[in-house]
Amino acid sequence: MSVRRIVVIGAGPAGLAAAASAARTGADVVIVDEGERVGGQFWRHHPAFTDQRLQHQLGRFRELESALAGVRVLSSASVWRVESGAPLRVHTLTGPVDGAQRQGETLEADAVVLATGAHDRVLPVPGWTLPGVTSAGAVQALAKRDGVALGTRTVVAGAGPFLLPVAQSIAILGGEVAEVVEAASIGTILRGWGARAWELTAAAGKAGELGSYVASLVKTRTPYRFGSAVTRIHGGSAVEAVTVQRIDSDWRPVAGTERTVECDAVALGHGFTPRLEAAIQFGCDITSDRFVRTDEQQLTSVAGVFAAGEITGIGGADAALAEGEIAGLAAAGIRASDPLLRAPVAARRRMRAFAARLATHAIRPGWTAWLDDDTIVCRCEEATKAAIAEYAAVSSRGMRLATRAGLGACQGRTCGRSVEDILGAPGGIDRRPVLSSVRIGELAAHRPTHPLIEEES
Amino acid sequence: MSIRIDFDGQPLDGRDGQSIGGILLANGHRTWRTAGGAERGIFCGIGICQDCVVTVNGVEGVRACQRTACDGDRVEREVRA
Amino acid sequence: MRIIVIGAGAVGAACALALTEAGAEVVVVDRVGVAGETSSRCEGNILVSDKEPGAEALMAIEANRAWRALAERLDGDRVPGQPATEFEAKGGIVVAFDGGADALQRFAATQRGIGIRADVLDEQALRAAEPHLASDIALGVHYPDDAQVQPSLATQAMLARARHLGAQLRITEVTGAVVEADRVRGVLTPTGRIDADAVVNCAGPWAGDAAALFGSTLDIRPRRGTILVTAPMPQRVFHKVYDADYVGAVGSGDAALQTSTVVESTPGGTVLIGSSRERVGFSDEGLLEPLAEIADKATRLFPFLRDTMLLRTYFGFRPYAPDHLPAIGPDARIAGLFHAAGHEGAGIGLAPTTGALIAHAVLGAQPPLDPTPFLPARATLQGVAA
Repeated sequence: MSVRRIVVIGAGPAGLAAAASAARTGADVVIVDEGERVGGQFWRHHPAFTDQRLQHQLGRFRELESALAGVRVLSSASVWRVESGAPLRVHTLTGPVDGAQRQGETLEADAVVLATGAHDRVLPVPGWTLPGVTSAGAVQALAKRDGVALGTRTVVAGAGPFLLPVAQSIAILGGEVAEVVEAASIGTILRGWGARAWELTAAAGKAGELGSYVASLVKTRTPYRFGSAVTRIHGGSAVEAVTVQRIDSDWRPVAGTERTVECDAVALGHGFTPRLEAAIQFGCDITSDRFVRTDEQQLTSVAGVFAAGEITGIGGADAALAEGEIAGLAAAGIRASDPLLRAPVAARRRMRAFAARLATHAIRPGWTAWLDDDTIVCRCEEATKAAIAEYAAVSSRGMRLATRAGLGACQGRTCGRSVEDILGAPGGIDRRPVLSSVRIGELAAHRPTHPLIEEES
Repeated sequence: MSIRIDFDGQPLDGRDGQSIGGILLANGHRTWRTAGGAERGIFCGIGICQDCVVTVNGVEGVRACQRTACDGDRVEREVRA
Repeated sequence: MRIIVIGAGAVGAACALALTEAGAEVVVVDRVGVAGETSSRCEGNILVSDKEPGAEALMAIEANRAWRALAERLDGDRVPGQPATEFEAKGGIVVAFDGGADALQRFAATQRGIGIRADVLDEQALRAAEPHLASDIALGVHYPDDAQVQPSLATQAMLARARHLGAQLRITEVTGAVVEADRVRGVLTPTGRIDADAVVNCAGPWAGDAAALFGSTLDIRPRRGTILVTAPMPQRVFHKVYDADYVGAVGSGDAALQTSTVVESTPGGTVLIGSSRERVGFSDEGLLEPLAEIADKATRLFPFLRDTMLLRTYFGFRPYAPDHLPAIGPDARIAGLFHAAGHEGAGIGLAPTTGALIAHAVLGAQPPLDPTPFLPARATLQGVAA
């Protein structure tokens, strides 16, 4: 029987776990990632810059890193196109990020594990294009990757437990967190996280993690506001202050509850959006919740294509590790009944209980009430809320062609869901013919190169 | 190890391994691109939003937050139109 | 008289406008929306440069004139919900490398013979017109009358004007036809029957399917095209620029991939790059090959494109008639059924004149040119294999 050729797309927790578990079975594994080092967003370590205190579960990371010994690691590699079929094909370009004349290579595989992760969902707020406003993820990335802080006094706002490590990373770099603003109310949080508490006791370690963040905030006496949102950002040429308002359970701002908080930076994070593009290009079924549909073996609706981590449901690193391990084993042909799967399947069950609670912080439709008519919604093309709403009755394609919303440099990755919320209608799945930045010359030079594995003799 | 890049004619010092965006920020440049009359720099920080693109060594469309700086890199503001 | 127009693309909108202005009651039916398909997946070209002398060239010359008048009329008096057409008389330059220069010279001469302005540019003039062209381009011919509109907006503009004058729009699918004794009585939709005295089939690449609903045949098939869109940049391309092999690609009956470079800038700063032609049904697979081939050929015309970032790509289906002429006029057999489809890559450009020819066919209005070459009854459209 020939060796299974497996390509793992993404080297965050899910991808690393998949590559490691697949390699253990003797499969031939290639792991592809845009970053220079493996780790994804969660393990964005730089040997020189990353403060030890910013590194989570470092032991697990080192374990996975060493498990990659027999794996071909393709770093600084963009996947710009995938094709289903037999074999599956993954087209990559390797070289400095967005460099010209990168090296193209087409990988062929019997199975692919998609572990493309997620990116911050940031809701537009009046004034959010002022210098000093970033996503919450940007604060984390700059702290971990570059050891750099954006401001001296930051308001961290949005929804979900991710705000906690973001606030902590600012403090570790010596910055001040003016306050943390969480959309879910205390009542919602207690109901969402407190109910059936026994389900969460098995998610060991999470309580300890939470404790460390809370302790850090208590130490710096950082105010944590619940049931509130940053509804306006003020400043002339840069951020100078924000308006924080109470919001109701629908995320609609409550009049008369405005407070002004001075700051020079704002980190916004309203949850995460999964990066589904490669899965969609493969033709994988997407659920009505907008995640990749998988079975108990992490297999998608497309033969040979598996998915793990945030793209199957936002659940954090622990869920991703468990799913990745299962996907890697399944991709390598390990049967469902095999004892190797017992531990990760149990871990997945435990972490799914945790992940389900994240719905507590889900975005509610009333948020659009805090937009002004002239608030920019599509940052790339500066399309405003009023311009987009004007085309609500036309086809979504007509709206895009008239307002350019979603047709700019980021191709709707930042504004897409927000535009849908404004129009009150889904915009169709994120089909992109080209998955990442490609230069015309690189596309022109596209030639299938050497196959992943030589023919078995 | 220290490296030096050139940003619109200005020499900036950074550490080997930092991203171009990180070096710009560390040197007090929060923005380096104009869009619709307003100034932009890093927004998402992980390569999705394309707000931070600069021209590096004559090549346009490089995301400053993702691209590791090399000693001697010539970084210029993007010119769209 | 009540007329149903199937299809709210550029051709359907132009027919609806022409028929409404001629006094008819018009109902436009489309299952997607206004400019929902091909008309929002193209460049909006209004060209004379790519037409060799013949019926289509004469129609293109008339349509070029008609678009100027129509755009001025529409843009000069916009009703609520009517966008601007963004008509621009940009002009086109067709270029040839060494091996094709003579053929291009001869072609341009034949075009001048029927009244198309085609001015050969000397080396200096060519470099002044397009400074970023590859240095081994041997010849350039300037076609000052080539123009464009924003196709989605122009379609919306025509339909908005028609609706303002009383035409109706229904977003629903035509699922069947009511034909009695070889005469059209109406159409069927999921929500019921729409009665009509006449039906105009403007269903573009689906026109053959639409004709079949009426028990008729019309050999119109999809011909897929793809376009690359670059990231925005300072303007480096100043006209529509075509490789001279464009005409050959359009006129080819080959089902296999034909590509020919077409490059132009947009006001937003992006550069649009085409073009490809393949007969692959309505497939959305196998796009890599035409995209890579277009990219390769385009960089030969404009070397700077090699390092240009691709922003996105899109594809659409041209309505292809095997004898390379649109089908405009009465159905061969079914009374009250008319067709206006099969314009291949020239649908936007030929739309207003198509509308005028349909007003002639349905209502007896004065035709702007001889309708005979376009009649659907011609043998070559009755399902004879191409």
